[in-house]
Amino acid sequence: MIKNAIAALIIQMADDELILGHRNSEWTGLGPIMEEDIAFSSMAQDKIGHAWALYRILQEQLNGEDPDQFAFMRAEKDFKCCHLVEMPIGTYDFSLMRHFLFDHAEAIRYDCLQQSSFEPLQQLSKKLKGELKYHTLHADAWILQLCKAGGESYERMQAALEQCFPLAAGIFEPSADEQALIDAGIYPGERELHERWLNSIYPVLVKASLNMPDPAGVKPQYGGRSGKHTPHLQALLQEMGEVFRLDPSARW
Amino acid sequence: MNNQSFDPRVNRLKLGNADEPIRVEEGENWNIYEVFHQEKRGAHHEHVGCVHAPDPQMALVFAKEQFGRRKKCVNLWVVRSADILAFDAEDEDMFANNQEKTYRDASGFKVMEKVNKLKGSKAP
Repeated sequence: MIKNAIAALIIQMADDELILGHRNSEWTGLGPIMEEDIAFSSMAQDKIGHAWALYRILQEQLNGEDPDQFAFMRAEKDFKCCHLVEMPIGTYDFSLMRHFLFDHAEAIRYDCLQQSSFEPLQQLSKKLKGELKYHTLHADAWILQLCKAGGESYERMQAALEQCFPLAAGIFEPSADEQALIDAGIYPGERELHERWLNSIYPVLVKASLNMPDPAGVKPQYGGRSGKHTPHLQALLQEMGEVFRLDPSARW
Repeated sequence: MNNQSFDPRVNRLKLGNADEPIRVEEGENWNIYEVFHQEKRGAHHEHVGCVHAPDPQMALVFAKEQFGRRKKCVNLWVVRSADILAFDAEDEDMFANNQEKTYRDASGFKVMEKVNKLKGSKAP
């Protein structure tokens, strides 16, 4: 029973990483400047690596499927990613803000998992610590830089924050199995992670002079964790699995 | 004549005639930063290339993925290229006759004989 709950948690985390990794990779070759193009593409690759590591844990510890099959052959309703990661890349201000909000959430989640009673997650989170540190450093530096510039640059970042905030709150959609996971010491639960996330992004937003929407007045965009998605996901899955589905049994 | 570039950073330099100096303004134009890479703790930082960035912090952020991603790396330095003082290219002649002064080379010191003699005297 607890194994099913752990598997559900891992699928949510991994699907977030895979879908956002794919989304962010859409910027490869189109980034605003060469240095940023390389950095953003490299971090997108990191995310897909995180997804793969999590799917491997499913396969090896929890009787899951082969990671490639699981990633590319599943139906849309079986994906458990949140709506934030499904959204098209839009303009760079949107993609950067999403990167900032998601990666802080991700860093906090893995930070908590360092104390997890589930050994494989504990080990993975220790391994990813340095990588995530760079991701949030990169995100913070850009947010501060673009807000400091003032004018249109600042206005676009504020608008992106308002657009992303309810979507980002959807990362922390509560689930039925959560209490069991908390009781078993697997992780501290979504409510706690949400709190810690707000504490982590707030100082950066203040430094950037951005106005954070009042969390109490925001309606989080839920649904992803129960397989209800925006229309954008289906199109993404189609494209992402296109080559793989030509011959699903091919060896790569 | 003023050609518009596809790169906004170039347009912001407001380039005029070729013989006019280029003014790089803080906060308005980006700078070039030289990147130095340290392979292990205690080793020298070695020059590996440069990045274009709006400030030193962003230069470090870019340099990390640019130069710290493949080879082993424990630290990076970035220095604004304009802050590096160098000789003019035409002053190269100052260094010219160094090569004739071989008596300044460390290779002039014959120590191996003494080292071997010392080793020999310590042999059992």
